[in-house]
Amino acid sequence: MPKVKIPRKSTAIDMTAMCDVAFLLLSFFILATKQKPPEVLSVTPPASVSSKAAPDKSILITLTKEGKAFLMLGDDTKKGEILQNINDIKGIGLTPGEMAKWKKAAFIGLPLNQIKSSLNAAREIPADKLPGIPTDSTNNEMIDWMRSITNVYAGTDQKKLEEMLLVKGDNAALYPSFKRIKEAFKKNEIYKFRIVTNGEAVPIGSELYKKGNTQ
Amino acid sequence: MAEMDTSSGGGHKKGPGVKKSKKLSTRVDLTPMVDLGFLLITFFVFTTTMSQSTAMKMTEPKDDSTQILKVKNSGAMTILLGKGDQVYYYYGQLEADKLSEQFKSTSFKEIRELIVAKKKATNIDDLMFIIKSDKESTFKNAIDILDEMSICTVPPGHYAEVDITETEDLLIRKTEEANNIK
Repeated sequence: MPKVKIPRKSTAIDMTAMCDVAFLLLSFFILATKQKPPEVLSVTPPASVSSKAAPDKSILITLTKEGKAFLMLGDDTKKGEILQNINDIKGIGLTPGEMAKWKKAAFIGLPLNQIKSSLNAAREIPADKLPGIPTDSTNNEMIDWMRSITNVYAGTDQKKLEEMLLVKGDNAALYPSFKRIKEAFKKNEIYKFRIVTNGEAVPIGSELYKKGNTQ
Repeated sequence: MAEMDTSSGGGHKKGPGVKKSKKLSTRVDLTPMVDLGFLLITFFVFTTTMSQSTAMKMTEPKDDSTQILKVKNSGAMTILLGKGDQVYYYYGQLEADKLSEQFKSTSFKEIRELIVAKKKATNIDDLMFIIKSDKESTFKNAIDILDEMSICTVPPGHYAEVDITETEDLLIRKTEEANNIK
């Protein structure tokens, strides 16, 4: 009986294709991940079970752990108008050149009376040295800022503005500093706003969890 | 695809004295490179934190002294937030002679059960949670307690943030001193 010869095949596989796939995936993941925008102010927000994503375009008030308040005007179309409005109302007296320079600033973290000098200063103050917008009960400049913001958005839908207003506070910020920001909103008849939080899973077994499961 | 034709022409023969050089294959073993590729992928996947910040809705009441909401004593529970993540609570109204019985301290871990118990024991129309934050409590505490309200599905309008009174502030101070909370 003739022996059937089984051809011996090499076990070496061509790895080229696999290598291609690996690096394709790698480049895809690297390019697809959205880089976190550089944060000048490091703030760790508290967690909440809210699942609604925070809007990208927003008017953001950041509250640091020392209780300093910073304002970021994210809506570029209105930013100039808001700055112009507060310049006119509070009489900061900025020249058009200074206004243009101010518009380029990423956020506002100075009392109104220091703005003119800081714009003309040779060196910028580092973010962690900024005093923040004063929110004391005697001199709450956040009220002026909110007034200018409501003035500029006066024609548009109030709901749209409410959706844009965000407060991002640090875990360790003390409650009174948050309360003064709330007061600034209230003084300008804004009763609804949003808090930036880190998403968190609903605790298993809680009322909300049961409600979510039955729905 | 990644192979190259390495056989040299084949046509011309080398002279008799010329040593035939050993033909080396240009095929490279790509296994380590694949390993490296996947290692990098796993590294990036594990190190990237998917942090999507969320937004929580806040609704503030209008400061209108003509519209003061009357709350039934039987349905009210006041939650006070103190320093060091401490939570204090009492039901109904504080009575001067029964302060120590009424005023109790708890923690964020236990407050959920208390809220649920109160919610179940009370007629929904009378239910009211009054949240008061001490001046030494943190922003995190204020948000956590509101979050607790939504976890316990307390309907909006049945909880409110109210300014702390002096008596309550004093009670917190005393309890903090007694419990040695810094």
